[in-house]
Amino acid sequence: MAELLQFIFSGLTVGAVYALVALGFTIIYNASDVVNFAQGEFVMLGGMATVFLAAAGLPLPLAAIAAVVITVAVGLGLYLFAIKPARGASAVTLIIITIGASIALRGAAQIVFDKQFHRLPSFSGDDPIHILGATILPQSLWVIGGAGVILAALWWFFRVTLTGKAVLATAANRLAASLVGIDTRFVVGLSFALSAGIGAIAGILVAPITLTSYEVGTMLALKGFAAAMLGGMGNPIGAVAGGLLIGLLEAFGAGYLSSTYKDAFAFVVILLVLFVMPGGLFGARSVERV
Amino acid sequence: MPETPTRETPMPETPMQETLLEVADLASAYGRVKALKGVSVTVNAGEIVSLVGGNGAGKTTLLRAISGVQPVIGGSVRFLGEDVTRLAPHARVDRGIAQVPEGRQIFAPLSIEDNLRLGAYRRRDDAIAADMEAVYELFPMLKARRATPAGGLSGGQQQMLAMGRALMSRPKLLLLDEPSMGLAPILVDQIFEIIASLKQRGVTVFLVEQNAAAALSIADRGYVIETGKIAHEGEAASLLADDRVRAAYLGI
Ligand SMILES: Nc1ncnc2c1ncn2[C@@H]1O[C@H](COP(=O)(O)OP(=O)(O)OP(=O)(O)O)[C@@H](O)[C@H]1O
Ligand SMILES: [Mg+2]
Repeated sequence: MAELLQFIFSGLTVGAVYALVALGFTIIYNASDVVNFAQGEFVMLGGMATVFLAAAGLPLPLAAIAAVVITVAVGLGLYLFAIKPARGASAVTLIIITIGASIALRGAAQIVFDKQFHRLPSFSGDDPIHILGATILPQSLWVIGGAGVILAALWWFFRVTLTGKAVLATAANRLAASLVGIDTRFVVGLSFALSAGIGAIAGILVAPITLTSYEVGTMLALKGFAAAMLGGMGNPIGAVAGGLLIGLLEAFGAGYLSSTYKDAFAFVVILLVLFVMPGGLFGARSVERV
Repeated sequence: MPETPTRETPMPETPMQETLLEVADLASAYGRVKALKGVSVTVNAGEIVSLVGGNGAGKTTLLRAISGVQPVIGGSVRFLGEDVTRLAPHARVDRGIAQVPEGRQIFAPLSIEDNLRLGAYRRRDDAIAADMEAVYELFPMLKARRATPAGGLSGGQQQMLAMGRALMSRPKLLLLDEPSMGLAPILVDQIFEIIASLKQRGVTVFLVEQNAAAALSIADRGYVIETGKIAHEGEAASLLADDRVRAAYLGI
């Protein structure tokens, strides 16, 4: 029982991060049909920039905010200088562009930062909290809670604000969105900024637990992509569910089978989804497209 | 959006013959296929002007070009005297051009109310709620289902939603692309009645149709387009009486 709970805690913690990465994929995919494989780099930048800004003397909260701002700027730059000029290019071309961008960002991070692993101090100490015989780190609660707050904020943005509805409208029907006067390029730029911001926050929240380095983005992008596929590409609820599921799968797999193959589960999920249910658990958005 | 009785609209007194839209020698192509080969069309304020023509004649391409969602390779589009040929689509909505596109193109997953609200996306005034009520008055069946996803509406209801959405921008010029396509005959009559009534509400209409008889019967003037070129133009009544037009488009 205690062991089971322990696996659930660690699964939900890492799953919350995957969920946020998957949401980043989803937001950009819906607004622009681009599968952005640089999504993991946003997570890396958030964590690494915070580490280095804090090391440079900024108080942690300020360093974190600055890191989010920097990452958002990078996300916008990715859109403006790499995606927007390729307007009209095929999906495959755009995917290759984002893969290229992620390699470039990783290279830049290696130069601007370094090749070491870094740890951020935990936000509320490292004393584990005991629950029913299992333990959870306060930082895990920060990760899970932070993901919850981001989800609530996104829900509000898309359901309540006119700008959020304009993003949904653009995803639903780009032509009609242009005809009612929505600047669809602004919407795509906004979705890159939003995804970058979400990725950065995820990277900052999890850095005290998993450590961070210039190359953590690669694996996170893969896991997040698997989560988005599992939930159904383009489906935000599916993305969150997919992220949590993959997190739990990894935790249980590592606990009951072997931690050697922990990272393989995401690949297995990608392959299974591709072969068995291309629409994912919750159905891909493409069914609604004409 | 047309005026409601409770509010004064700042619509200037427009002389009937003020030129609203002036398309001159417009050319457009899909790759190497020329869809418009020098089209000239004028729409004056207060008119209903119909453009009729067969399959693939270039009607949709012309409306897309007027709204700015279709690249042009020659000619110009002027609106209220201003050259808007290179303006972005949203800037043209600001000028007062709205379109009900072919196939309705509603925002299917969004609610009916959100569809209408997004029609007023560019507006910053405080009469949006009142205008939405006016649209609900025009299309009462939309109000009953306002909170449901628009994708659940029937074809005719979607057409009305698309018209309501376009009216929500308070357009000076409403472009309608085959509003009767795929609708039951009784709905077709209803749609044309509503289009004719827009004139009383001060909305100028440029209507594109394959249903030439119905489109010309509610119009002041008309154009006939054939393979990317205007073939005939004139008073709607005289086009309806023209033997060549009757033979080609009215099946008489
Ligand atoms: N997306 C496209 N790609 C290539 N060619 C196109 C495209 N859309 C239209 N065309 C071509 O451009 C020409 C004009 O098409 P358009 O859609 O403007 O005609 P239309 O008058 O609206 O026809 P319909 O009454 O069938 O709607 C046709 O020859 C058509 O085949
Ligand atoms: Mg057409």
